[in-house]
Amino acid sequence: MSILVAIITLTVISTIFGVLLGYTSVKFHVEGDPIVDKIDALLPQTQCGQCTYPGCRPYAEAITSGEAGINQCPPGGEATMLALSDLLGIEPVALDEEHADEPQKTVVYIDEQICIGCTLCIQACPVDAILGAAKQMHTIIENECTGCDLCIPPCPVDCIHIKTVKPEQDTWRWSLPASTETAPKA
Amino acid sequence: MLFKTASSPHITQKNSIQALMFKVLLAMIPGTIAMIIFFGWGVLINIIIASVVALLAETLMLWIRKRPIKPYITDGSALLTACLLALALPQLAPWWLTVIGTLFAIVVAKHLYGGLGFNPFNPAMVGYVVVIISFPREMTQWVPPLLDTYTQLNFTETLSIIFGGDLPLTYTWDAITMATPLDTVKTQLGLELSIKEIEHHTIYGPMFGSVGGFGWEWVNGLFLATGLYLALKGIIDWRIPAGLIAALLILSNTFALYDYASFTPPSFHLFSGGIMLAAFFIATDPVTAATTTKGRWLYGAGIGIFIFIIRTWGAYPDGIAFAVILMNMAAPLLDYYTMPRAFGHSWTEFPHHHKVDDDE
Amino acid sequence: MTRSSQQLWHFHGGLKLDSNKAMSTRTPIIKASLPERLVLPVQQHIGEAGQLLVKVGDKVLKGQAVTESSEYISAPVHAPTSGTVVEIGEFPTPHPSGLNTLCIVIESDGEDEWIELKPTLYPNTKSPSELRQLIRQAGIVGLGGAAFPTSVKVNPGPKAHIETLIINGVECEPYISCDDMLMREYAEELISGCSIIQYIVSATHCLIAIEDNKPEAIQAIKTVIKEKALHTIEVVCIPTLYPTGGEKQLIKVLTHKEVPSDGFPSDIGLLVQNVGTAVAVHKAIVLGEPLISRIVTITGNGVQQPQNIEVLIGTLISELIKQSGGYHEDASKLIMGGPMMGFTLQTDHLPVIKGSNCILVENTQAEAPATMPCIRCSACATVCPAQLLPQQLYWMASSKKFDLIQDYHLFDCIECGCCAQVCPSQIPLVQYYRFAKTEIWNQERDKIKSDHARVRHDFRQARLDKEKKERAEKLRKKKELLEKKKMAETAAKKEDTETEIDPKKSAIEAAMKRVQKKKEAKLASDENVNEK
Ligand code: SF4
Ligand code: SF4
Repeated sequence: MSILVAIITLTVISTIFGVLLGYTSVKFHVEGDPIVDKIDALLPQTQCGQCTYPGCRPYAEAITSGEAGINQCPPGGEATMLALSDLLGIEPVALDEEHADEPQKTVVYIDEQICIGCTLCIQACPVDAILGAAKQMHTIIENECTGCDLCIPPCPVDCIHIKTVKPEQDTWRWSLPASTETAPKA
Repeated sequence: MLFKTASSPHITQKNSIQALMFKVLLAMIPGTIAMIIFFGWGVLINIIIASVVALLAETLMLWIRKRPIKPYITDGSALLTACLLALALPQLAPWWLTVIGTLFAIVVAKHLYGGLGFNPFNPAMVGYVVVIISFPREMTQWVPPLLDTYTQLNFTETLSIIFGGDLPLTYTWDAITMATPLDTVKTQLGLELSIKEIEHHTIYGPMFGSVGGFGWEWVNGLFLATGLYLALKGIIDWRIPAGLIAALLILSNTFALYDYASFTPPSFHLFSGGIMLAAFFIATDPVTAATTTKGRWLYGAGIGIFIFIIRTWGAYPDGIAFAVILMNMAAPLLDYYTMPRAFGHSWTEFPHHHKVDDDE
Repeated sequence: MTRSSQQLWHFHGGLKLDSNKAMSTRTPIIKASLPERLVLPVQQHIGEAGQLLVKVGDKVLKGQAVTESSEYISAPVHAPTSGTVVEIGEFPTPHPSGLNTLCIVIESDGEDEWIELKPTLYPNTKSPSELRQLIRQAGIVGLGGAAFPTSVKVNPGPKAHIETLIINGVECEPYISCDDMLMREYAEELISGCSIIQYIVSATHCLIAIEDNKPEAIQAIKTVIKEKALHTIEVVCIPTLYPTGGEKQLIKVLTHKEVPSDGFPSDIGLLVQNVGTAVAVHKAIVLGEPLISRIVTITGNGVQQPQNIEVLIGTLISELIKQSGGYHEDASKLIMGGPMMGFTLQTDHLPVIKGSNCILVENTQAEAPATMPCIRCSACATVCPAQLLPQQLYWMASSKKFDLIQDYHLFDCIECGCCAQVCPSQIPLVQYYRFAKTEIWNQERDKIKSDHARVRHDFRQARLDKEKKERAEKLRKKKELLEKKKMAETAAKKEDTETEIDPKKSAIEAAMKRVQKKKEAKLASDENVNEK
């Protein structure tokens, strides 16, 4: 008898909760899949392909599908990885040894003496940061360059070089104090 | 010429953890001396055992955790923990009891949680709770305060009891130890005696002294005095003892008014057991207390409430350690919900309000 | 109107510090000797840098503008003396980073010859906006240290109504005494400047706030006010407490009002100006002189003769130290600004800029004490004038929780240093906040940059897609065309074949005809032969 009561009670409770759950899932249904957008928004948009995907958005899609990890973006470095881990609620993953240091911001410039005006680099630049026309000297708009270095391999005369962006007074950053005791790993 | 660079402020400052801890330790001396006078050499021996063990354990743990030893060993925090624990233990507690309590406090409660600044629970109180749960019998070995009817042990006798466990031939355990006033009240109330009857009992009566138990009054009075001095100097936060005492006072007063026969009066509550030591020296441990102003009021009051509850209805005669640990657990929550309003902001925009928005 | 019974309030926290001001107020302000070389950073203010008006080799006169800007939040820079522009390039300037910025180097010709000045003896004859324009042209920025263009500050917008002008003579940082000395020696100019600013923003009254540890300054100003019988300007003596000189803290003390976190004093009907700025305004309007000099306190235990010097902007610090008797041999730290908020300099080969109020030379040799872990004592929260939780901010900064830390109002921190000053664990708290702030700004810049890159990438992608489509379209069209052509061709071929068939036929026919003809001819000849 009492077991019957127990069974009935449990059934009723589970039904109620089932209905409730069903109702909320319908009521609070989220449209679309903004997560790819959110991930994409966190990526540095260098479009360099170093994550092994052909650009930032494809990488974002790969993260969403679970295909890629969150630690594959060298230009974003630790900051991006942490932001992704925050967004997705997953544990931070250590970056590869070689990317562990904060990425240096770089841009490229064209040695205009050597450039032969072949336009190959223009075709490689993902953000249209290279100006030039066939048989004319090319030049890079430094402000637009993301430092992806994709234009370097196609250049037949190796006239594109990397330079680090010099820190300036108003972009300079204070460093984290070195303390004897490390803060708890959060 | 190249000059040194550093971030501001550039004034050499004098505050340090070391100064803080040693001032607190100094302030404990008068009360401790009173305890030695009333309860015999056992107090001092306990303090010495606990301090030596604490410093050794601290050094060992720092070495294992690869921390610089000198700044941490000289900061005085281990010493303070040791002294607080030693004062809370019975005077004739066997040496190993003190050692176990101290080891537990330093190794487990402090270093396994990350060392100075990171331990969520008051190490001394954790050590105390561990021994009182594991060795309840040994924990009753309190020496009665200097009374004519009882014999005062000398230093060597105390030493041999603590280290050898044997009593000098002429004594029996009953002759040299007795329950504390708090214990007695509890037992006798259980035997259906009224407070008045207990206070005028031929055997137990004398130990109640004039307010909170003979000897205890002095000890508590001195801790109160030096504690007030520390609070005045801003070395400890006055809100925690204020909250604790206020809560205890209000509760005990209400209940005593309600039923004078079965609830002890407020004066007894405040001056018996280790209340003043707890209020000014234990509960004010910054690492484990709440950090906001309002949070500290609540934190102190919470301890007071728990002490009253445990004393009155609980299984242990004095609930300070449990009360402190319970409120340690509540401290982060208290901090979170008592955040002050930042300058130029309204009361409604608080981080936890933000959080709610974010989660929606 | 006398409001001598002005009620005062408190802000939360604050610290009582040893003022150490006496060492530099023993002697009156001296005038620095004319330096041979002046290094003028193009940007000495908050906002946009101006464009250069001079080139290397140009002769300039004292007070001649060398930069100009069309941006609203900007201030021009003027040549502090007459001479020649000898170099324009990157030089180190006083900044915590120690990095270089664009500077104009002027070699003095020793004449110190002024450009033609246009004084306005009666400011009331000009409209407020004209006066604002004059202030802007004079390159005046807040001289309290923040260096925000004054012309912008005295234009609170059409909606704001400024009731009270507060002149900040608090100077709460230890050691610094340039404002104190300025008030003692330039009281008249100060009052004149106050009246002008008051007129510009049409404030009904003006409070000059001075800490009670500067009785001489208070006396000097009170005397001038009495002499001139000014009823709307009043000196308020306030208790010495660091950081009362902070704009928001001062407002709280004087009015009990709190400037909203995301707002300006003008939102609550107030405007705060530094005393030095007021004097600069006087000079700019009444004398027509642009901002080319300022008073700098040279002080500290590391320098022989602490004093206040009036120097031309662009003078090297080393020069000033020389004129103050040089360093003590144990000088160890060179600080620009006060000991609480100033920043250290690596070298003294840096120019004085508009915002430099103090050069502090320290001789502390002791190594910084070891940082201990935070013991959550909350001493920091007790003294924080912004009512923040410095300890929480510290945890979040050290674990790089840059979102959360903003919820705890990191950006309300005024970097006053009170928290670090009392921390028993000697944690360099302010550096953590500066780290977090600059990191967050950097992330914001990166975000803007990456958003921009995304737009450009998407644009390019779209363009490529379009091109691809267009190409495909073209190809299709071409193909179609080709197909049509082919069809046409095949059609033509068909016709051709038809016509080819025809010619064949005709050829055959022709051949046949020919054959016929031949045959006929043969027949005929045969007949002929036969006839023969
Ligand atoms: S530096 Fe910032 S956090 Fe520290 S006391 Fe000053 S305002 Fe508060
Ligand atoms: S003053 Fe220092 S030790 Fe105390 S709570 Fe603040 S940061 Fe922690």
